[in-house]
Amino acid sequence: MALRLCSLVALAVICALTGVRAQAQAIDVREVAPGVFVHTGLTAPMTEANAGATANIGFVIGEAAVAVIDTGGSVREGRQLLAAIRARTGKPIRYVINTHGHPDHVFGNAAFVAEGTVFVGHRNLPRMFSARGQFYLDAFRRTMGRELMDEVRIISPTLLVDDTLTLDLGARTLTLRAWSAAHTDNDLSVFDETTGTLFAGDLVFVTHTPVLDGSLRGWLRAIEELGRLPAQRVIPGHGAVSDWPAALADQRRYLEKLSADIRAMIARGTPISAAAASAAASERSKWKLFEDYNARNATAAFSEIEWE
Amino acid sequence: MPGHSVRLLCMLGLLGVLAGGGPALAAEPYDPWPGLVQDIFNNRPMQDGAGVIAIEMPVRAEDAAIVPVTLRSKLAPDDNRRVRAITLVIDQNPAPMAAKFELGPDANVSEISTRVRVNNYTDVHAVAELSDGQLYMVKTYVKASGGCSAPAAKTADDAKSRLGQMRYRQFARPSENGAREAQIMIGHPNNSGLQMDQVTQLYIPAFFVNELRLWQDDSPVLAVEGGISLSEDPNIRFTYVSNGARNFRAEARDTSGQIYRNEWKIDQGM
Repeated sequence: MALRLCSLVALAVICALTGVRAQAQAIDVREVAPGVFVHTGLTAPMTEANAGATANIGFVIGEAAVAVIDTGGSVREGRQLLAAIRARTGKPIRYVINTHGHPDHVFGNAAFVAEGTVFVGHRNLPRMFSARGQFYLDAFRRTMGRELMDEVRIISPTLLVDDTLTLDLGARTLTLRAWSAAHTDNDLSVFDETTGTLFAGDLVFVTHTPVLDGSLRGWLRAIEELGRLPAQRVIPGHGAVSDWPAALADQRRYLEKLSADIRAMIARGTPISAAAASAAASERSKWKLFEDYNARNATAAFSEIEWE
Repeated sequence: MPGHSVRLLCMLGLLGVLAGGGPALAAEPYDPWPGLVQDIFNNRPMQDGAGVIAIEMPVRAEDAAIVPVTLRSKLAPDDNRRVRAITLVIDQNPAPMAAKFELGPDANVSEISTRVRVNNYTDVHAVAELSDGQLYMVKTYVKASGGCSAPAAKTADDAKSRLGQMRYRQFARPSENGAREAQIMIGHPNNSGLQMDQVTQLYIPAFFVNELRLWQDDSPVLAVEGGISLSEDPNIRFTYVSNGARNFRAEARDTSGQIYRNEWKIDQGM
């Protein structure tokens, strides 16, 4: 009898969970400019408990259609973003733009697969997915767990950006720009001309330690160009929505310090194994998640700069 | 034919992936080491290597694509045995045998540093073969990196543009017995062959440096048999004893059969 009760309870729980899955709670979003909505991610590593919701994700509503900019770190988060969109508009989602291929920005893609929805990315994004996709799907089971990861699919863009591309949402134009290797080798920025809002993806970090997975020298060059964009505000990949171009200052200082320290170590003959412990140490108190990313940035920077 | 064993292991790794496994996730504790002892070392007995060699790696692989590793001889100067070869094995990688270093008989190589890819939480073994014919093993444990780091190229275009470039560097070092420290870098993507092209659903062919030989004049210093676990742009830093040679010479060969050669004047003042 007790056993039967247990299975009934279990059944009820399963039904409830399935219900939640079918009708996701809308994720918390803020309208930072007319028609521009942002969910601010947690400054934390992706875990099962936070469902990978660590990146800033958002959407822009035009007269005719909606564009989604990054989909979050799990299909669960993607569905919650979809629910937030549907709470505000019934217009079709014509574009899903991935600012780059990192899991916290693209693992929600599967929530948006629908007829008439086009996935958009940097010309190098498919190559990045083919090199890393399976590895990410395997590796994130460790931190995100089976339930969240079972439904994640790597969905490659079919509309690729070589240089720049404009998307028309109906009386509203988004200008997409593909960057040379910087944070990654597949960074794409999205500029909403109507409100002067720049979705920078992980080309811009605020508060969260910048993560180097492309080219340090390229990133510093990109920062110079980014600073000239006529934006009013930036939605960074991580950290608070900020004034432009002031938001670039801390990140530039960190990357310049990292670059100078590593260059000096290489000149002295310091081995790469010793670089991780001391490069950019003076920046430690100025960033969150410094211990999680600085050593890795130093290692990557070393292997790049030693080829100068 | 040492070259064959690496290729064979790479193929085995590839087959494992094709068979649907993918790089094994340490869901249940499965220890691949006994099987690797059989495949790589023909089941030869392993002695405790604690007094013979040391292996140094960070506890956590900060960047999965570039994990520094240092191998160091611990033999006392008056020990009449010498290290003939050191094999580096990353147990949980798709192709576990990362490299085999054969040490030149007269070069007295005492330390070797390189960089490897680490896919998973894994034991890493270093096995030294001494002139007494015995194998001596030490191991360490490395945690996989977290986050978006991956054991693949960061900028695939840069990796291609450096193809075949070689650089040699000597480091100033106070030497008690004529020991020198030098480094060889080879620009090469060292592609694993474990990546599937999403359009064709075919695996991108492996393309990596599988052989590297270094000489001071005509005397061998190091011969490296490499696998896909060596990082992009293979980089070997090592300590050896000069025989007074004027030139340092390197020859590398990759899986496409391409040979890269270079030669540098040794700065006698350093």
